[in-house]
Amino acid sequence: MEFYFGLAQIVGVHTLLGLSAYIVLLTGQVSMAQAAFFAIGAYAAGMLTVLAGWHIVPALGASALLGAVTAGAVGFPALRVKGLMLVVATLGFGEAVRLFFFNFDYQVAKGGIKLGPLGAEGFRQIRFFPENGWTSADVMLFIWVFVILIMALLWWFDRSRYGSVLRAVGEDELAAQSVGVNLTAVKVSAMTVGGAIAGIGGGIFAHYTTHIEHNNFNVLVATFAIAYPIVGGLNSVFGTLAAVIFVQAFLIEGLRDLGDWRNLLFGTLIILAMNLRPQGLFGRGRA
Amino acid sequence: MLELRGVARHFGGVRAVDGLDLEVNEREIVGLIGPNGSGKSTAVNVVTGLFPLTSGEIVFKGRNLEGLPTHKRLQLGIARTFQNIRLFGQLTVWQNLWVAQNSPQDRAQRGFFARWLGGQRGVRDEIAQLLEFSGLAARQDELAANLSFGEQRRLELARALATRPRLLLLDEPAAGMNSEEIAQLRDRIVKLRSRGMTILLVEHVMELVMGVTDRIAVLNFGQKIAEGTPAQIQNDPVVKKAYLGGA
Repeated sequence: MEFYFGLAQIVGVHTLLGLSAYIVLLTGQVSMAQAAFFAIGAYAAGMLTVLAGWHIVPALGASALLGAVTAGAVGFPALRVKGLMLVVATLGFGEAVRLFFFNFDYQVAKGGIKLGPLGAEGFRQIRFFPENGWTSADVMLFIWVFVILIMALLWWFDRSRYGSVLRAVGEDELAAQSVGVNLTAVKVSAMTVGGAIAGIGGGIFAHYTTHIEHNNFNVLVATFAIAYPIVGGLNSVFGTLAAVIFVQAFLIEGLRDLGDWRNLLFGTLIILAMNLRPQGLFGRGRA
Repeated sequence: MLELRGVARHFGGVRAVDGLDLEVNEREIVGLIGPNGSGKSTAVNVVTGLFPLTSGEIVFKGRNLEGLPTHKRLQLGIARTFQNIRLFGQLTVWQNLWVAQNSPQDRAQRGFFARWLGGQRGVRDEIAQLLEFSGLAARQDELAANLSFGEQRRLELARALATRPRLLLLDEPAAGMNSEEIAQLRDRIVKLRSRGMTILLVEHVMELVMGVTDRIAVLNFGQKIAEGTPAQIQNDPVVKKAYLGGA
């Protein structure tokens, strides 16, 4: 049972990561910076519970806020560039953030041991859950309350006028502008909301793994973030959830018995999925 | 209402529009005709702010448009359609019109949350009227990409109208239409005029332009070579030589 609780935790956190990219992708922007917002959320929440003694809920609120502010600040200059240029710009930002945490020391002595981020060693002992006696089932439930809340909120957003405007910008910026849509406002707000979601996801991630380091937030994670909504399809938030389950539960955990063959099959199945359903697993219409 | 004063737009050495003076008065339908590449579409694009001007100025309702981005110009009341249809193909017909409701009246009538998150009664009534006007009521839940060519042209016009414009710029709205569709389009333009819309009609199809416009300006190589009523233009020797053909 512990195994399945753990898997559900991973699926939940990765869903948040995927959803943070989903809303940005709706506007036609490919952001490779989602792992960076995830990292900022993770370190911020970890430091607040471990060093400042906060409860996890307000700490996650602070993660969301920091993620949103950073994403908004990145969004303004970055969204002036498009397509591949934006990929490169956000990739650069993501790596800069990772390298920042690679060099980031902030340790405080607490109860005879030094706690806090320590450069390449990472940030150990983020023990809010065990210290407060939460079981894995509790942690899983806690994570899924956030996942369900955020999914419901995004689902509702998507069906509001806001969702149609985001998609309109994603389809044709020129036409969207010509019917009075303020491109900058729409793109930056999508980026900001995405940053908040990634921040919350990161904050939760830090607490269930209890140990984070710069390498948890590398380019591969940024790639996964955009891969989930693309594989799942941009039709609705459920596509992203389905893709996370497909990748994390089926491809990574389900095929573990295959040993080295897994990596080979992983790539093959992703290529197969994208060829058979180019619009995404749950997408409708053309790709 | 709209005034272009010595408007020029150059692309490198190409003078797409070169010193154009043009005036469109309130409730007037002005035609802008000319051979391919004479600068008609560029004129529309500089009025909506897609390209900055090389020189000259554009004044709309007494306000210089210099430096205003496209979406701000729309809020002043300038809407357009595109020569090559640019709909939001993966949105439904209804959503295409919903997205376009960005007029200052919409902003004023509905609060922020109602506007962005709701689909209230007023919104629905307005969209229903536009669908009725465009003959698209039966297709409202279809994806725009699945519409026929004629329906897409109609939806583009409806989408421009959903922004509640004062001035409508139609960039070759009859391109690719058969004569029956052109007749329907003419009826719609006449109806819009009777509601007090001001229209700048860029068009190649003479049966449409000559039938609905009050005044026509003829462009050639980015410059205005003639201006007058449809009858005057049809008999202008310069226009005949440059564009209309015949002796």
